[in-house]
Amino acid sequence: MNESRFKRMKDLPSTHLLGTGTPMCSGCGGLEALHQIYDILGSNTVFVNAAGCMTLLAVYPFTPFRGSWLYTAMASAPAGAQGIRDALDILIEQQRLAAAEDLQVVVLTGDGAAYGMGLSSTSGAMERDLDFIYICYDNEGYGNTGQQFSGATPHAARTATSTGPHGFAGYKKDLFSIWAAHKPAYLATVIGAEPLDLARKIEKAKQLKGPRMIIALAPCPTGWDYAPRDSADIGKLAVTTGVWPLKEYIDGQVVHTRIPKQRQPVEAYLERQGRFAHLFEPRRDEQLLQELQDSVDSYWADIDS
Amino acid sequence: MTRTLLTGNGAAAWGARLAGVDYVPAFPITPQTEIIETLARWIEHGEMPGRTVTLESEHSMITAAGAAAASGVRVFTATSSQGLLYAMEMIYTVAGWRAPFVMVNVSRGLASPITLEPDHNDIMAARDSGFLQIHCASCQEVLDSVLIGYRLAEDHRVRLPVIINLDGFYLSFTREPVEIPDAQAVAGFLPPYEPESTRFCASAPVSQAVTVLGGSPYSYFRYESHLAALNALTVYDEAAEAFSAACGRQHAAVEGYRCDDADIVFVMLGSFASKAREAVDRLRDAGQAIGLVRPRLLRPFPAAHLQRLLAGKQGAAVIDQNLSMGMGGVLHSELSSALYGTPGAPSVLLSFIGGLGGRDITPEEFYEIAAVTRQAVKDGVTPPPRLLYSRDEDREIRKLQAIAHAERNELESGNE
Ligand SMILES: Cc1ncc(C[n+]2csc(CCOP(=O)(O)OP(=O)(O)O)c2C)c(N)n1
Ligand code: SF4
Ligand SMILES: [Mg+2]
Repeated sequence: MNESRFKRMKDLPSTHLLGTGTPMCSGCGGLEALHQIYDILGSNTVFVNAAGCMTLLAVYPFTPFRGSWLYTAMASAPAGAQGIRDALDILIEQQRLAAAEDLQVVVLTGDGAAYGMGLSSTSGAMERDLDFIYICYDNEGYGNTGQQFSGATPHAARTATSTGPHGFAGYKKDLFSIWAAHKPAYLATVIGAEPLDLARKIEKAKQLKGPRMIIALAPCPTGWDYAPRDSADIGKLAVTTGVWPLKEYIDGQVVHTRIPKQRQPVEAYLERQGRFAHLFEPRRDEQLLQELQDSVDSYWADIDS
Repeated sequence: MTRTLLTGNGAAAWGARLAGVDYVPAFPITPQTEIIETLARWIEHGEMPGRTVTLESEHSMITAAGAAAASGVRVFTATSSQGLLYAMEMIYTVAGWRAPFVMVNVSRGLASPITLEPDHNDIMAARDSGFLQIHCASCQEVLDSVLIGYRLAEDHRVRLPVIINLDGFYLSFTREPVEIPDAQAVAGFLPPYEPESTRFCASAPVSQAVTVLGGSPYSYFRYESHLAALNALTVYDEAAEAFSAACGRQHAAVEGYRCDDADIVFVMLGSFASKAREAVDRLRDAGQAIGLVRPRLLRPFPAAHLQRLLAGKQGAAVIDQNLSMGMGGVLHSELSSALYGTPGAPSVLLSFIGGLGGRDITPEEFYEIAAVTRQAVKDGVTPPPRLLYSRDEDREIRKLQAIAHAERNELESGNE
């Protein structure tokens, strides 16, 4: 990654393109990531959005985007990207549109759409080698409807539909591997709390063609139950505890872009969030805590070796 | 001009080809598939320009169609039945985008039970979506209506997508002689799509289909779509006239057949109306003053045309090839509301349901419908809606059930 123009924090864009005053919650980790991503992608973009929190970014007659926007539906934003990409290609080919008028087509959806309802249309778009960028902000639940569990919810998390003593019984789906199996041009995980890593990856994605897939873990004070000011810390902990591996897939290889040397215990991440409070109160759930630690350890055991 | 034998599906594909469509998002479903296969073949073999893409579902197909139309290219697509229903979320959504394009729906009955044969419940499900609807009774009409459809959809007073409807099997797979208009005549009738601000490009960023907060802006946009659909009444009449000048064929919003001196009429949509037409001729031979009213335009609803055609008639029998469970025929209730309280409206408006899942409507049934209508006129009483079904059919079903039971009993006793 030494070819990146982002070597140090001070290389990151200092002016921000995305307008302020959106209805997102304060401390929204998804919006934090989007800000950074937009600064790099710029305004020659059309964002194709699926139903979720971010749908409320553009509320008639205002938008924080300097570029274009199309809201579609929960399941089919990638198909909307297909229609726009194909139309732009046709118009440019027929010289009805100057090449300088071309746009980067960017899908923006939550995890609920990406891991579940929209998986078929995403798979189709990758299969057709669609030239687009997909940004999934992963707040690990159906946030817009009040944080019910989704296919991205981690094991043991309390959500609006998993309120029992052990939280969510299922396991977070490995979307990275599912997407990687499609052999897209580029695929990476990012997080707003690691802006340099994020900037390098978005810069790389921007320069490639074909399906370029980004999963941004999006700490969500409202859904994860913590104070908005803790978002950046929790994001950093997700990385340093090894819960959220930062990695990319390119040319058939998965490379970890940040391997935490001395991984902090997963507890350090869990204890900061109300959605895991039942693991600590009224008494520690040693078994479940160990299970969560083991699953992170076993992930990294494969990587470290 | 020469006439070529074309299926309804072939005619639909020719309509798209002559309209010079840029983009064809597709997904297969019987009995529509021949349309997209034909277009894909032409495009692949360089016989027509354009681009086709097969999506992974009709939901995605309509999303891509709407998004491309909203980006400023001319789009054509086609579906049927389960596909139309699968796409329904996006049918409503893209109409709200005011994305003008043409979609052909080849009508086919809906599950359950699953069938391949035609009726209109699929297309009726899209009735309130904002898509305009033109219903065809011949293969020629299919081709011509696709061209008229683009003119209607793209007119800046309208800017709504249009569905051209044809019946599965009866039109989709039936060859009829069709006149293929020459490209020059079409070019005079249908100018290139001028998207104006409906597009995406770097120098003029736009936000389309954004959220609204509250009922006021929501109502504003919904009313705008409704008013645009109403504008389509005038725009349709203009387009039909221009089409007749360019290509020499009349396609009125509502077709009246032997109506002028009729005292009762049948009212029907689509290709089954050809059966009614035949019955009208036979009844005329027998000295009856009867006619046929066939709306081509269903959305916007051509109320004024219908009021005019039905004024002074003694009675009308609406034969619906659809069934709204617990209510009855959709066209019957729409026509009732259009006629209620208007001067000269027929005093009796009868409702019949027939042709579901491709079930035939026989000449004898039409004669019976005419007789029942005359009786109702005489009595001044509208009888309850009738579901067309014969004693023989009922007996056949019972027989099948009896055979199935007997077979099962035999199997079960054999197993013991
Ligand atoms: C077809 C459909 N079903 C359900 C909904 C309701 N809905 C709106 S947003 C949403 C949650 C989306 O979750 P996600 O993709 O994770 O985005 P987030 O809300 O977390 O930002 C749901 C279920 C919808 N808009 N459309
Ligand atoms: S619920 Fe979570 S993801 Fe949604 S806007 Fe609020 S903080 Fe962001
Ligand atoms: Mg979510």
